Amino acid sequence: MSEEKMINLKIDNKDVRVPEGTTILEAARKVNIDIPTLCFLKEINEVGDCRMCITEVEGRRGFATSCIQKVEEGMVVHTNSPAVIEARRTILDLILSNHHRDCLTCVRNGNCELQSLAQKLNMTDIRYDGVKNEYEIDELSPSIVRDFNKCILCRRCVATCKKVQKIGAIDTTQRGFSSCISTVGNNSLNDVNCTFCGQCIENCPTGALHEKESIEEVWKKLKDPETYVVVQTAPAVRVALGEEFGMPIGTNATGKMVNALKCLGFDKVFDTNTGADFTIMEEGTEFVKRFKENDNLPMITSCSPGWVKYIEMNYPENLKHLSSCKSPHEMFGALIKTYYAEKENIDPAKIYVVSVMPCIAKKFERQREEMKENGLYDVDAVLTTRELARMIKSANIEFTELEDEAFDDPMGEATGAGAIFGVTGGVMEAALRSVSEILTGKELEKIDFEEVRGQTGIKRATIKIGDNEIKVVVAHGLGNAQTIMEEIKQGKADYQFVEIMACPGGCIMGGGQPIKSSKTRMTVDVRKKRADAMYTIDEKSKIRKSHENPVLQKIYQDYLGEPGGHKAHEILHTHYTEREKYRI
Amino acid sequence: MEEKNIQEEGSCCNCMDEKLEKELDEILEKYTNSKDNLIQILNEVQIKYGYIPQIAQRKISEYLGIPMAEIYGVITFYSRFTLKPKGKYAISVCLGTACFVKGSEKIMERLKQRLNISEGETTPDGKFSIDATRCVGACGIAPVFTVNGEVYGKATVKKLDEVLDSLQ
Repeated sequence: MSEEKMINLKIDNKDVRVPEGTTILEAARKVNIDIPTLCFLKEINEVGDCRMCITEVEGRRGFATSCIQKVEEGMVVHTNSPAVIEARRTILDLILSNHHRDCLTCVRNGNCELQSLAQKLNMTDIRYDGVKNEYEIDELSPSIVRDFNKCILCRRCVATCKKVQKIGAIDTTQRGFSSCISTVGNNSLNDVNCTFCGQCIENCPTGALHEKESIEEVWKKLKDPETYVVVQTAPAVRVALGEEFGMPIGTNATGKMVNALKCLGFDKVFDTNTGADFTIMEEGTEFVKRFKENDNLPMITSCSPGWVKYIEMNYPENLKHLSSCKSPHEMFGALIKTYYAEKENIDPAKIYVVSVMPCIAKKFERQREEMKENGLYDVDAVLTTRELARMIKSANIEFTELEDEAFDDPMGEATGAGAIFGVTGGVMEAALRSVSEILTGKELEKIDFEEVRGQTGIKRATIKIGDNEIKVVVAHGLGNAQTIMEEIKQGKADYQFVEIMACPGGCIMGGGQPIKSSKTRMTVDVRKKRADAMYTIDEKSKIRKSHENPVLQKIYQDYLGEPGGHKAHEILHTHYTEREKYRI
Repeated sequence: MEEKNIQEEGSCCNCMDEKLEKELDEILEKYTNSKDNLIQILNEVQIKYGYIPQIAQRKISEYLGIPMAEIYGVITFYSRFTLKPKGKYAISVCLGTACFVKGSEKIMERLKQRLNISEGETTPDGKFSIDATRCVGACGIAPVFTVNGEVYGKATVKKLDEVLDSLQ
């Protein structure tokens, strides 16, 4: 191994020694010198567009853009000289002059990179109050609202959509003052190749992109005494919700979250993790059957609605590979409106099911025509983790002071397998735990499948189950999903079971999760911290295999019959449709 | 504000579309499916049809594996490419520095008023279209406007009116 060449330089009079190829920005952050950024997003958007991170380098004309300028031997850098500060203020002044500055009523008020920069740079006046672009707000899709009046053209959304997810639903269009981020023909996101994964929202520094809110509808139902409002929360919500209230990243806030939901007035608080256990029973049973019959292998998981929309638009000829299982919250919603309604003698038409999800594609999934039971939608509203936090704040609940509470019976009992659904590899691991025991009839010695864990984009493993060897693949992020789909399309797939999640890292990093600034993401491994919290929940669970969940066993016995049987199929399974990429 | 939705090419029957598709296939066949060929292909389509029909954008997107939004970005970046058919008489008014100080803005205003359309638009009858251009290299006879590439120098509102009347 060749030794890394080291470079010595001075930043703000501090001696710094970093490997060759490091940028000034990275070098400075290594010695705790902060340089402000706007367009920079580590490994995703390193283009030096906004020029907010400029620094002065002695002996050089003009300013150096520190997010792209590599360090050089003997360099002397000043990051906060009066000239730099003045230039940064001018740049910000120009950006703000064409920005709708209605911060008080903006969804990102208090968590906006532009706002905090304005505060930091003491922008008390806008000197260049010239012409402003006026754009129509696109709120036609069930998932995403785009408000270009707040766009600062940083292109972080474009880079994420095009380079990470490999979708390219949006791009930079027009030129000069008319430049804007747009879809083809400036059509609504609803009518183009967008999958509603929401990664653009996660990466937007301002309020230009946000979820289509369902908060008002939910408040309305909570006020209505005639409606029985049931809420369920996805696995990944509990490990991120606390961040919205200043708790450390990776805090498991399950108990407080349940308490808060009860304070908000939901009639019942159930756990989507239980729904995930049902998904494993159904998906596991489906896989065993398909594996034995060699029927349309590889089988691919179907719980990520962004992924499902992706395959429907891009690989419709391969829809047969998808599992026919509904996603956990849809299964759960269907069970609430059938089994639970019957058991509690409640008219299902009066039940309103709210799902709190780390996802905005779930908002799209919810209103799919297939997701209905006896003419009623399985789920009536989807709130993101962020929306729930907003509701808790509106209700003036001191979240961090809340006592822990437990989910309501009877549908609050879940396993560790259900918990890890929210992280890449989790669905596969949960399925393997049950599939192994179903196939061999023997108890597993080791239930941790380390080979499918971790943050590698595509994980491949061969799992020995009894006399069988099962080849599995786990991919997260749609860019990686594309690689797998191309293998399948070209007949190169030698694996039998595939897990795909649309978001890089899985649901813990979903498009509905708390938004972390570019700086936080550069300095903290958010993904790992949230994932660790999920695995800890699993480790500490009394029951860690879905098929051993007593609630699930009882519902199969009393109501559903056999896993994969007729009634289970009717309530818990669905079908898919080829979708046009561009409806323009 | 730019136009919503790309205008559908003025055909209402499938046979027109089929003909267009066939012609586009013939253009695409001449190029490998390397992304580098995007601008060349757009240029050829622009020359052949006077604009880039939406169906062409879609076919190029499929052929080169480039998302439609990116192609749209390229088309809207270069003034050479247009999304709408130009009029039979494509009129461009130079708003470059020399022409501008010599009052070409007044010519533009008059043109818009006479034709009742804005820059970048085509009259409903397809006869005229207006564009603003930068320098056409005729600063010595500024202000200038062009009709289908033919330059009219030392332009005045009166001269514009005369030219327009002659084209009716």
